Amino acid sequence: MIRRLPWGPMARMAGRRTLFAAPVLLVVTFGVFAVAALSPFDPVKAYAGTAGLTASQAELDQLRANLGADQPLVARWWHWLTSALTGDLGTSSVMRQPVTDVITGRLGWSALLACCAFALAVLLGTVLGVLAARRQGGLLDRGASALAYTLEAAPVFWLGLLAIWFFAVRLGVLPSGGLTDAASDTVTAGQVARHLVLPALVLGISQLPWFFLYVRQGVADALAEDPVRGARARGLAERRVLLGHGLRSGMLPVLTLIGSRVPELITGALLVETVFSWPGIAAATVQAATSVDFPLLAALTVLATAAVLAGNLLSDLLYGLADPRVGFDG
Amino acid sequence: MTARTIRGAAAAALAAVLTTGATACSNPSGPAATAADSAVVGIATEPETLSPLLGYGKDGNSKIFDGLLTHDADMKLKPALAEALPEVSADGRTYTYRLRQGVKFSDGEPFTAKDVEFTYRTILDPRTNNASKTELDAIESVTAEAPDRVVFTLKYPYAPFAERTVLPIAPAHVAAGQDVNGGEFTTRPIGTGPYLLTGWSKGEKIAFRANPSYWGGEPAVKKFTMAVIKDDDVRATRLRSGELDAAILPPALARGFAADKTRTTYAAKTFDYRNVTLPTAHAVTGDTAVRQALDLAVDRRAMVDKLLDSAGKAAYGPVPTDSPWFTPGTERAHDLDRAKRLLDAAGWRPAADGIRVKDGVRASFPLWYTTGDKIRQDHTLAFASDAKKAGIEVRTEAGTWEVIEPRMKTDAVLAGGGSPADPDFDQYLLLNSALAGDGFNNMARYDNPAVDRALTDARESGDPAVRKAAYDTVQRELVKNPGYVFLTHIDHLYVVNDKWDGPGTQVEPHDHGLGSGPWWNVEHWKPKQK
Repeated sequence: MIRRLPWGPMARMAGRRTLFAAPVLLVVTFGVFAVAALSPFDPVKAYAGTAGLTASQAELDQLRANLGADQPLVARWWHWLTSALTGDLGTSSVMRQPVTDVITGRLGWSALLACCAFALAVLLGTVLGVLAARRQGGLLDRGASALAYTLEAAPVFWLGLLAIWFFAVRLGVLPSGGLTDAASDTVTAGQVARHLVLPALVLGISQLPWFFLYVRQGVADALAEDPVRGARARGLAERRVLLGHGLRSGMLPVLTLIGSRVPELITGALLVETVFSWPGIAAATVQAATSVDFPLLAALTVLATAAVLAGNLLSDLLYGLADPRVGFDG
Repeated sequence: MTARTIRGAAAAALAAVLTTGATACSNPSGPAATAADSAVVGIATEPETLSPLLGYGKDGNSKIFDGLLTHDADMKLKPALAEALPEVSADGRTYTYRLRQGVKFSDGEPFTAKDVEFTYRTILDPRTNNASKTELDAIESVTAEAPDRVVFTLKYPYAPFAERTVLPIAPAHVAAGQDVNGGEFTTRPIGTGPYLLTGWSKGEKIAFRANPSYWGGEPAVKKFTMAVIKDDDVRATRLRSGELDAAILPPALARGFAADKTRTTYAAKTFDYRNVTLPTAHAVTGDTAVRQALDLAVDRRAMVDKLLDSAGKAAYGPVPTDSPWFTPGTERAHDLDRAKRLLDAAGWRPAADGIRVKDGVRASFPLWYTTGDKIRQDHTLAFASDAKKAGIEVRTEAGTWEVIEPRMKTDAVLAGGGSPADPDFDQYLLLNSALAGDGFNNMARYDNPAVDRALTDARESGDPAVRKAAYDTVQRELVKNPGYVFLTHIDHLYVVNDKWDGPGTQVEPHDHGLGSGPWWNVEHWKPKQK
């Protein structure tokens, strides 16, 4: 079934969304500055660390002025915004490094982790969901559903610690954290693959229940509909019915889910990267937040917001393609 | 999509999972560093920066850099980038260093007096975000008088100044053209030191390799890696699995390696004290009788045994009992009866609930400790329980420094500190009334003219006998009027594989970064002869 893609309407929708994104980003960055300014953490104390405990007050005041932490909220936000628009994202105080360097050095590792986890969740969720929907109430269905609800209730950092305890401490088969072994100087594909297993597994598993439950429900509903009954009546093979009819229409809600799961993936990655010392962007976010590192925090929030908006756009585009009745008007 | 492709994909995914699992099994994280010319150590905290201009390595042992001077195993100063110890003028305000000739930075450029001048001037520049620059407050000017000679002029005579010049020297030709606070130099440092940085993955590890042209001779440990592992249990596990050759561990976990024939536990003696501030401004803790009573009522021995697993010593002041600066005779035995008599005599009488009252003031005060710090929490609770026995109520509260700071004037705090290089470094900040409430200095607002005078005499006099006498005065005054109750000095424990000759410990400060630990002199380790 080959159909010409409706490029025109799709491009128009993407354009509309991009225009809409600008005010959203503006509000979000201001919100970040406001929340950070309200936070009980003091950027000067975070910057100075233990040295701050022996520094003179005059020194701490000078540091406050240098870091711009004495400026009012709006002035700080405006300064950041105008420099960011000219391409200067500023210097991260916690990393002692330009924000651009922090992001470029870490984004790739986060993307790798998130993509692996997402692929795992979507694939495994779909397979299990279809199998469970085929025999509702069967052993697999009941077992997988119970497990899904349990996992959904389990905090992801707890899963991470559990995985470290079991695979790294008890069994000793997988490394407990980092990108490579401590003694290794170079980043090799093999090392990264081994170190990727646990964090990707934990992050993927934490996303799995959603996909599993949606696919299971979607396919189960589809199997009760007329086209399926018709297909069965025509004597089509059960496998054909299940995958060609049931799964295809049951996948529709999953497409929406992909978009709406992106924020959850990002927050999940925050915890997973921290637990596994994964040198990604999310681990930097935690540090930026607890040290009230305004430039880094703002840049990372813009990035996360853009990811969420792009995720929504993607799922709407896919939905429009999968179900032409919906169209590209949103 | 057909059933076959789905099944195919599922099989492929399963196969992928299995093969990764299998490779992982065939390749366990066993002894990764078997060669003795490579060492991997586990540390708990990492530096914020590797630039000496921002405070990295200010107390020495920075691996990548050298200071003008350095400390030997007994914390005695010895020359490093300087050729000899400095010449000090008679008025104690001019320090002249002759520099070692022929030293090169790792990029091949020669080290000269210009680099020394650049380093100190940049640190003192108000635009440089170096939080430790207060330590160099005494410097009025630093001048490169000749390529091999640097002269420091001080604002006031400052006897321990030479101790500050262990500070690492940065190359002017690299760092001068960069933004000092965020430039490339902060993460890709170049120095004269025994090691070169090969990589720094923040939150994960810092990797070094030996500097083949190091002026002090190429280190025998060619590869040196510091793995940053915050969690104590994970660090212990990775040490046991052989991935680490050495690690810092809390006493409870270090004990697990005590019977290990292939590893040695090093207990570093320290100046790292825990004390309780007794705010002068508070009606109860400002009372000298209450202060003395609390000082006698605390059972320091029990704290060392129970809280520290005996890895530490009772503390009677900032100076530990085994230091040459300690004043013998200032030890206080745990004496609850005398504490009670002192309070009775001063008019603090027990009320119906057992808590003492004087002139309508209840002997009760709050004591804060920093949230999440197990050692401070334990000390706080032990202190409160000891005080209760003497009839003084201590209300324990936990908070972050942001919460504690505005209350420090009237509320007691379980604090920590200590610096072994010179008694001036911590005592001047802790006890001088001029610094009362300045930042986190003299938190208790301790105000004792005799102590103020002794502290000034000690920092200004170049005569060791005068200095010793002055610090004796300080310690005796602290017995008469304790502005702080010192509880313990805490040992730092490290477990190291027996693969090298050379590991040992220096006396360590409170703030023990990567320069502390048995690997402070890793450049001098030699593989053991089998």
